[in-house]
Amino acid sequence: MAITKEDIERLADLARLNLTPEEIEKLTGDMETIINYSMNKLNELNTDDVQPMEHVLPVRNVFREDICEQSFDREDILKNAPEKAEGCFLVPKVVE
Amino acid sequence: MEYEVVIGLEIHAELATKSKIYCGCTTEFGGEPNTHCCPICTGMPGVLPVLNKTVVEYAVRAGLATNCTISSFSKQDRKNYFYPDLPKAYQTSQYDLPLCKNGYLEIEVDGEVKKIGITRIHIEEDAGKLIHDESGRVSYVDYNRCGVPLIEIVTEPDMRSSSEVKAFFEKLKSILEYTSVSDCKMQEGSLRADVNLSVRPKGQKELGTRTEIKNLNSVRAIVRAVDGEARRQISVLERNGVIVQETRRWDDEKGESYSMRDKEEAHDYRYFPEPDLTPIVVDEAWLDKIRSSIPELPDDRRKRFMAEYGIPAYDAALITGSKPLADFFEAAAKVSRNAKSISNWIMGDVMKKLNDTGLEPSDMPIKPESLSKLVSLIDENVISGKIAKQVFDIMWDTRKDPADIVEKKGLKVVTDTDAIRSVIIQVISANPKSVEDYKSGKTKAMGFLVGQIMHETKGKADPQAVNRLLKEELDKL
Repeated sequence: MAITKEDIERLADLARLNLTPEEIEKLTGDMETIINYSMNKLNELNTDDVQPMEHVLPVRNVFREDICEQSFDREDILKNAPEKAEGCFLVPKVVE
Repeated sequence: MEYEVVIGLEIHAELATKSKIYCGCTTEFGGEPNTHCCPICTGMPGVLPVLNKTVVEYAVRAGLATNCTISSFSKQDRKNYFYPDLPKAYQTSQYDLPLCKNGYLEIEVDGEVKKIGITRIHIEEDAGKLIHDESGRVSYVDYNRCGVPLIEIVTEPDMRSSSEVKAFFEKLKSILEYTSVSDCKMQEGSLRADVNLSVRPKGQKELGTRTEIKNLNSVRAIVRAVDGEARRQISVLERNGVIVQETRRWDDEKGESYSMRDKEEAHDYRYFPEPDLTPIVVDEAWLDKIRSSIPELPDDRRKRFMAEYGIPAYDAALITGSKPLADFFEAAAKVSRNAKSISNWIMGDVMKKLNDTGLEPSDMPIKPESLSKLVSLIDENVISGKIAKQVFDIMWDTRKDPADIVEKKGLKVVTDTDAIRSVIIQVISANPKSVEDYKSGKTKAMGFLVGQIMHETKGKADPQAVNRLLKEELDKL
């Protein structure tokens, strides 16, 4: 399977990564190698009766009861905000 | 050319759990910004979310009440996108294995019953709220709502008109209320709908290109958006234009939709299984337990109200459409000998008050027992129907007992014939012209005199007694 420069640019864009032309060049080759290695491996195996893996651990139904707990102090929550005002996180204006 | 409109809905309902979906923060509406938050719901690195069990139970309840198949095995997935209302940069949702699928609801429009398919119901988390600074270059983010549990209900494109959409939406809303899955307070955003709509020439099999109108938060807006968007698409086609598949926003004030000018690139959510949360297995025993927690649903209640309380089909349908209203009716009717009159009050004055004040039936300021008492006061001829409306208004504003209001304000019907007679004599002597008219055969004059007497007694005189005594006095002359 061929991976193009456009594929990498699109992925980078979706992941909000700024890549230099050199990085894009390198990643295009790397990605192609990775994908082809995995696909070739898979093609060697018979997966007809293998269920898709939904979770790596054999654990099901881990729940908490519907009970309220104390929330954090707002000052603590906002400590990680690069900018804050009026009890809110401030972000560059985004209008969908 | 004649066109057919094809509509499907995506409905988001906030679940009525006490705590959020993955942490113990409260789901309470309102609250100062960012005071219902913790590291889990604000997406701090290294935290471990744990699913609220009640979320699963409520979603399954909604699925059972809408005739869905409940998945014995289901999982949660990450839906990736960058928007600051979602601090993790992904929304935890369900992709290929939703909790419920293949359901339906029956609706009735113009006497015709129709099945509307429900594709799926899945659980997910709500996002935070952004407040955009009008003038500046910043947005304020409040994460109180972030992590409030939601179910998303997706229908098949089975609806063909805004009346069908309205009927379906209202039915679904009442079922969610009945099952206590959601409080469905639309003005608080607990329930909101996206409309998917396309049009095609009548008789054509293939679907037209659809648009999606996002985030409609009142029944009125949904109906208007459906009608408006259908009109817009038809007029585009009539002019040989092309419908663009896009997301649009409905401006209810202007009564038109506008394109949200999505970036050219289509959304690519890159769903993948959520590794921090385990799959959900609902076995038969759990399913039975949830099934037994489902109360009587609106259709059954409507039929029972008609049989048990003898109220008309139309009233029963309207009252049972809202669970709080139906509970109110039933609580009042149970302690009353006149269920029909209770129903009339609800259909009339109660509904009008709710509309005028913009209150939801669940916020009703009067107690059902009080309405029942009011009706008894009328039936026992303690107050007149006209005075009852006054008492009702005072009850609504002050939450006081109707009997106390009647007592304090002296609103009892005056049945004392001597007292009424003395007012009559006074009115007769003050209006010789009307008396003369009456005597010369103008029966209308009688009405005028009654009006004067009622005015003098502030509406408290027993009208039957007034009529009888007035006639007696006039005939004496």
